[in-house]
Amino acid sequence: MTVESTAARTPRRSAGSKAGTTGTKRTRTTAKKDAGAEPQLVQLLTPEGKRVKNAEYDKYVAGITPEELRGLYRDMVLTRRFDAEATSLQRQGELGLWASLLGQEAAQIGSGRATREDDYVFPTYREHGVAWCRGVDPANLLGMFRGVNNGGWDPNSNNFQLYTIVIGSQTLHATGYAMGVAKDGADSAVIAYFGDGASSQGDVAESFTFSAVYNAPVVFFCQNNQWAISEPTEKQSRVPIYQRAQGFGFPGVRVDGNDVLGVLAVTRWALERARGGEGPTLVEAFTYRMGAHTTSDDPTRYRGDEERQAWEAKDPILRLRRYLEASNHADEGFFQELEAESEALGKRVREAVRAMPDPDRFAIFENAYADGHALVDEERAQFAAYQASFADEGGN
Amino acid sequence: MAEKMALAKAINESLRRALESDPKVLIMGEDVGKLGGVFRVTDGLQKDFGESRVIDTPLAESGIVGTAIGLALRGYRPVVEIQFDGFVFPAYDQIVTQLAKMHARSLGKVKLPVVVRIPYGGGIGAVEHHSESPESLFAHVAGLKVVSPSNASDAYWMMQQAIQSDDPVIFFEPKRRYWDKGEVNAEAIPGPLHKAQVVREGTDLTLAAYGPMVKLCREVADVAAEEGKNLEVLDLRSVSPIDFDSIQASVEKTRRLVVVHEAPVFFGSGAEIAARITERSFYHLEAPVLRVGGYHAPYPPARLEEEYLPNLDRVLDAVDRSLAY
Repeated sequence: MTVESTAARTPRRSAGSKAGTTGTKRTRTTAKKDAGAEPQLVQLLTPEGKRVKNAEYDKYVAGITPEELRGLYRDMVLTRRFDAEATSLQRQGELGLWASLLGQEAAQIGSGRATREDDYVFPTYREHGVAWCRGVDPANLLGMFRGVNNGGWDPNSNNFQLYTIVIGSQTLHATGYAMGVAKDGADSAVIAYFGDGASSQGDVAESFTFSAVYNAPVVFFCQNNQWAISEPTEKQSRVPIYQRAQGFGFPGVRVDGNDVLGVLAVTRWALERARGGEGPTLVEAFTYRMGAHTTSDDPTRYRGDEERQAWEAKDPILRLRRYLEASNHADEGFFQELEAESEALGKRVREAVRAMPDPDRFAIFENAYADGHALVDEERAQFAAYQASFADEGGN
Repeated sequence: MAEKMALAKAINESLRRALESDPKVLIMGEDVGKLGGVFRVTDGLQKDFGESRVIDTPLAESGIVGTAIGLALRGYRPVVEIQFDGFVFPAYDQIVTQLAKMHARSLGKVKLPVVVRIPYGGGIGAVEHHSESPESLFAHVAGLKVVSPSNASDAYWMMQQAIQSDDPVIFFEPKRRYWDKGEVNAEAIPGPLHKAQVVREGTDLTLAAYGPMVKLCREVADVAAEEGKNLEVLDLRSVSPIDFDSIQASVEKTRRLVVVHEAPVFFGSGAEIAARITERSFYHLEAPVLRVGGYHAPYPPARLEEEYLPNLDRVLDAVDRSLAY
């Protein structure tokens, strides 16, 4: 009898009993063995800020200048500052909810900066750093969280789709869009963001199928931040997420998601594959959500401090700072100026949020349909009459 | 020049015309290519327009609608086929949470001209999930338009209009009428997509129906005429929006209304029509609005579907009950 078949049968035979617990444990061990040794993790910059050689991916960042490196650092610092401001604004009651990206700056900035202007991005609801790279005004990201709209920017102005709240839906939109890019004979690429939790969704699997079948120029960028609200990645997958791509017939790669240089290189590689007609790629950025899932979540109920502390040691911003300092690519003046810029951004965002007007009440009916709809027209008229009845009494 | 053709063929001709006139129109679905669809509605289109315009898809309904959304975002006008009514539910999430809402979410910046074709309804002796009428589930969702032609000419023209619409349209095709022939005039100027049509004038009672039930209602009116009752038959054509003005006009003439659909009566389109017409025409009505439709039960096995579906006697019974007030 093979180990595998033992593992498959043990839990069934002894479900619910003490032996069942043992069986479950054994199964988990087997799963790890099945998946091979420790997954390959592409890393160009260690947590200590040391540059390590990588034969496959170094060439994708070979020409990077000190100025560009400082740019990546600046992006990460400003994104973190923006995120912190939004969290504070939620605590002050200015936002109804906030989904923090704390800890995921390198995954987002590295991949976002890898995109070209004519590429198209399909985000979930936490891609504030990618939005930053695409030139979306950070204040616009807050409209939906403040409750003044359900979007807040024109997706075609920056080739950055609106945030999608239903988990994984946007991976299919990205795939369809990429199918369109290929039909048009364009050489741009599409990138779809999703999380480790979304990898369990049928839509993500279907997008893998469609993109592989039609050889669509799309990069699936999974930020595995280890937690889907309270569910750890082990509750989503028995193999490392990047390995799932193999079953669909395209490559998957795991990159250190806290290494901005590594993420930049790997995403550039994947986007170039897409542009070159080689089809989809799955990139798993192995990272960590340092904060709560959203401001409504309480991570102390499901994970310990030690875990976060271990990940803090791998902080994406600190790591690049160490590298910049050790290689004399940035001086104290740069960091001080950035600190001031950061504060100014926080202030601007705070003021912008507080100045956001409530939408006009008739916005309820606006844009329900592009061509109009008789029922909407009727209800709008009823609503107007109702509102006017207050005006007649001198109120409102 | 008018030509006589089956309803399925009329849709085929309509799709052909759309593919010819707009290079952005795409046909997508399971088996729509080489096979021409399980009902042959897309017969010959892939042969003439190629695999990049008429696309055989993986067997994944959410994927079909989800990728169609992405293609629409890129500027295409996909017409997707869901093979059977009961198979639309894996795609229901994409239709309701994404297709219906993206225009509003983007404050009007994004348009999603996607047509979802669904052969629907019973009466063909099929197995489970092949005979359902889920139109109310879609009509209830703001952002979607829901239509259902009852004859070849409407099938032809309403498909043209659905494809040209910048809103997503759920296009319910009455599969048991696919083989019914009717005149199609490809040069005619069609009426508005959501306008109801009086298909038989009458004075004693209005029968309102759409899709497969229009033919039944005409038959009911014929039988009733032999009994000296003069029924008006209204083909609603559109379930969202519903042309309440036309229903109201008819009811204020006949003073009685019976709504007929295959879908379960409970929370069905007939309930909405009854409520609104009661509000609009309360003092004109001589009888409560009555409904004839399916029961609050899973669609039954084929040997029982004749009991479940509205038929001549059940509609006539409702007509008698209405006239008895």
